[in-house]
Amino acid sequence: MMSQDDVHRLAYLEEAKELLADLEASLLELERTPGDADLLHKIFRAMHTIKGSGAMFGFDDIAAFTHDVETIFDKVRNGLLGVSRELLDLSFHACDHIRSLLEPDNAGDAGLTAAGRMLLEGFRRYAGEDAAPADAALPAPQEESPGVARIYRLRIRPQGDILVTGNNPLHLLEDVCSLGECRMFVHVEAVGPLDDLDPEACLIWWDCVLRSPASRQDLVDVFLFVEDECDLTIDLLDDGCALDGEGVHKLLGQILVERGDITPADLENALSAQKRLGDILADQGLVQPSQVASALAEQSAVRDLGQKQADRQEKASSIRVAADKLDFLVDLVGELVIVQAQIRQAVDERGDPYLRGLAEHLERLSESLRDSTLSIRMLPIGATFAKFRRLVRDLSTELGKDIELVTSGEETELDKTVIERLSDPLVHLLRNSIDHGVESPAERQAVGKPAVGRISLAAAHVGGEVCITVADDGGGLDPAAIRAKAEQRGIIAPGADLTLKELYHLIFQPGFSTAKAVTSVSGRGVGMDVVKRAIDALRGSVEIDSERGKGTAIAVRLPLTLAIIDGLQVQAGGEYFVVPLALVEECVELARDADGQRRRIVNLRGEVAPVLSLREAFGLAGEPPSIEPIVVARVDGERIGIAVDRVVGEHQTVIKTLGRLYRDVDAFSGATIRGDGSMALIIDVAALVRREAQFEAGRS
Amino acid sequence: MAEAVSSNDNQYLTFTLERELFALDIASVREVLELVNITRVPRTPEAIRGVINLRGRAVPVVDLKQKFGMGSTARTVNTCIIIVEVDIEGEPTVLGALADSVQEVYEMESSQIEPPPRMGTPIRADYIRGMGKSGEQFIIILDINKVFSSMELAGLAQALGEAGAEAREA
Repeated sequence: MMSQDDVHRLAYLEEAKELLADLEASLLELERTPGDADLLHKIFRAMHTIKGSGAMFGFDDIAAFTHDVETIFDKVRNGLLGVSRELLDLSFHACDHIRSLLEPDNAGDAGLTAAGRMLLEGFRRYAGEDAAPADAALPAPQEESPGVARIYRLRIRPQGDILVTGNNPLHLLEDVCSLGECRMFVHVEAVGPLDDLDPEACLIWWDCVLRSPASRQDLVDVFLFVEDECDLTIDLLDDGCALDGEGVHKLLGQILVERGDITPADLENALSAQKRLGDILADQGLVQPSQVASALAEQSAVRDLGQKQADRQEKASSIRVAADKLDFLVDLVGELVIVQAQIRQAVDERGDPYLRGLAEHLERLSESLRDSTLSIRMLPIGATFAKFRRLVRDLSTELGKDIELVTSGEETELDKTVIERLSDPLVHLLRNSIDHGVESPAERQAVGKPAVGRISLAAAHVGGEVCITVADDGGGLDPAAIRAKAEQRGIIAPGADLTLKELYHLIFQPGFSTAKAVTSVSGRGVGMDVVKRAIDALRGSVEIDSERGKGTAIAVRLPLTLAIIDGLQVQAGGEYFVVPLALVEECVELARDADGQRRRIVNLRGEVAPVLSLREAFGLAGEPPSIEPIVVARVDGERIGIAVDRVVGEHQTVIKTLGRLYRDVDAFSGATIRGDGSMALIIDVAALVRREAQFEAGRS
Repeated sequence: MAEAVSSNDNQYLTFTLERELFALDIASVREVLELVNITRVPRTPEAIRGVINLRGRAVPVVDLKQKFGMGSTARTVNTCIIIVEVDIEGEPTVLGALADSVQEVYEMESSQIEPPPRMGTPIRADYIRGMGKSGEQFIIILDINKVFSSMELAGLAQALGEAGAEAREA
């Protein structure tokens, strides 16, 4: 049983990982548009949240590390530091570092701590070198919007003669307290021995921290009548979380004062010893201190408002659910669909019109329920693409290549599980393109190509399938080199007659690699065979297209493998099968030839399509009917007829995997449960057609 | 199910294939079902009879008799499917095994179990964990993980007539 704390920590780990992913995406974005203020705010906010929540759930090392990084970005955000490649490199390393800090095994790892220190050192150097303000003038103070709780620090120093004018500072303090939550700290150092005391002089003064939605003006108004008798400074510290850098220092100091551990003077010294950038600038006469102060005020206000509003909007529009709960829901819907099919079958047998109406209603409901449940699991693939930007950036830098990644179709939605399992194969494909595909800038210029290589990553829906293409404009595949390698490895016989496509496909053979040099990318014993296996496991297919000198495109096609699909139930040789309805175009009937031979092609309104018989393909017993129904499906853009004994009808199909034992059976994508509780196999039409085509080729 | 030391440590489910008496460690047995409709998967080895619907899951059913070369299991009133959980390459997998009849849960101390003889056993010796006795009859205690991990359908692709480029060069 997990304690509540552990639950929170786990939730934080999840959240932090997502935030890091967002952060990296924003940083990559920033590399393209260094001046984008919105992005800078976004980056700052992500850091701030990682830090704040980290501190709350006991990840002190993360909070401490992120705090320093955040400080740098605060400066960038305020135009005091510029954005450069160096800063981005540092930031990416910082992301990696936070990621390793999140690993529970790494808690208190000395090497990691040292690495963190090195990184921060790098950040500090960067901040030091680049402490000149950016071109933009410091922004003017902004109107604060009311209603958001802010933390102010007030320093209230009544002049000695304030009492003489009939004013009572205590009333002023009460007024301040009435504006919100308030902590007062009194300074009595000026009060001398009793004998010397002037009862009419006010010798004490106050520091006060106030949390209040009131505006600065409201605070100033309290002291309206004592303007001349009282020195007042008001600083806006931070929003409510009090975890921000400034706030922590100041509040910590105040606490120490409160406990009497240090005197306010010590605190003042300590705080003033930390020279802030604003002060440095003011010292250099670049800006007025007041400008700095107002800029700081604005920055805090923006931070408050930005964060608070963003939080509110997110809370209203989305909700975080554990993935296993979703899986469970999908399972339940699956069960419901099965029961619904059974009810329909029972009702059909009884023929009660009232029950029939109810059953139809139930069917509509369960269909909607299915669709909405499955749509919850659908995620745009864009989030995965964002991860790859980082990969391409790092790897091309490492290999001394200059490569730009162009993505499209980010909005293409896939089932969550498919996306997760697709990630690794795509990484391999990209690595291959970067390592073996795109040439070095020098080589590219030598053959008259632009120095910067391009890798495009595109996703699109193609009729019930998703097609993801990784294409580069590199050197392309070298058929001769592949052949030589394959012959050397004994994969093919010397001089074997292969088509170009077949040659290309050899790169998916285990242990195949045409890289001449062993880089950190290749030479790890993983290659394209891993990609092929992973995609096969997802019941997908891979196509290679390449042109020497022009580049290579690898297209991965995946079924939208979902838990539940619409299926067309057919019968052949006494067995039931299901064809995914998304592929079915129509059903026609075909009479046998006079001599009883079944035709192998069918003419569909002038278009000729091959026909394959399920009976023959599956070696089923019995005689086919004299008039065979043909289910016409479209696979890979080609029409194909599937001859069956009988078309039963369409129904919702819950996909159940066949398990390990049937791992190598490629003609079926799973099994489903029929109305009577028995199982029917779901035909993977594309795989079946591929297999039959190979079979035919083998026979010829 | 781990091979945990528990109160049912020495208990075995006995069943028959032809006239031989076999036993499975009760720890790996989940339940015993009457024979239901088995959906055959075309072009797969005969020893794997197909899949059944076990409360919404597709569970493969293996014909042990075919596996052991003792003919095939016929449908009788006594035919049962024993649902077992085995480890295949470290993955817990639920499978069904056909039996001509299921007898009883039988207790045997480990001292009563002898190592398999090297010859003369009706099935391959490495499928046997040990030999027990019930009265005058020998009980063959199966090493169920061994039996099923050799059920891998390697070579199935060839059986399905996959003739790729390599095949054509041959």
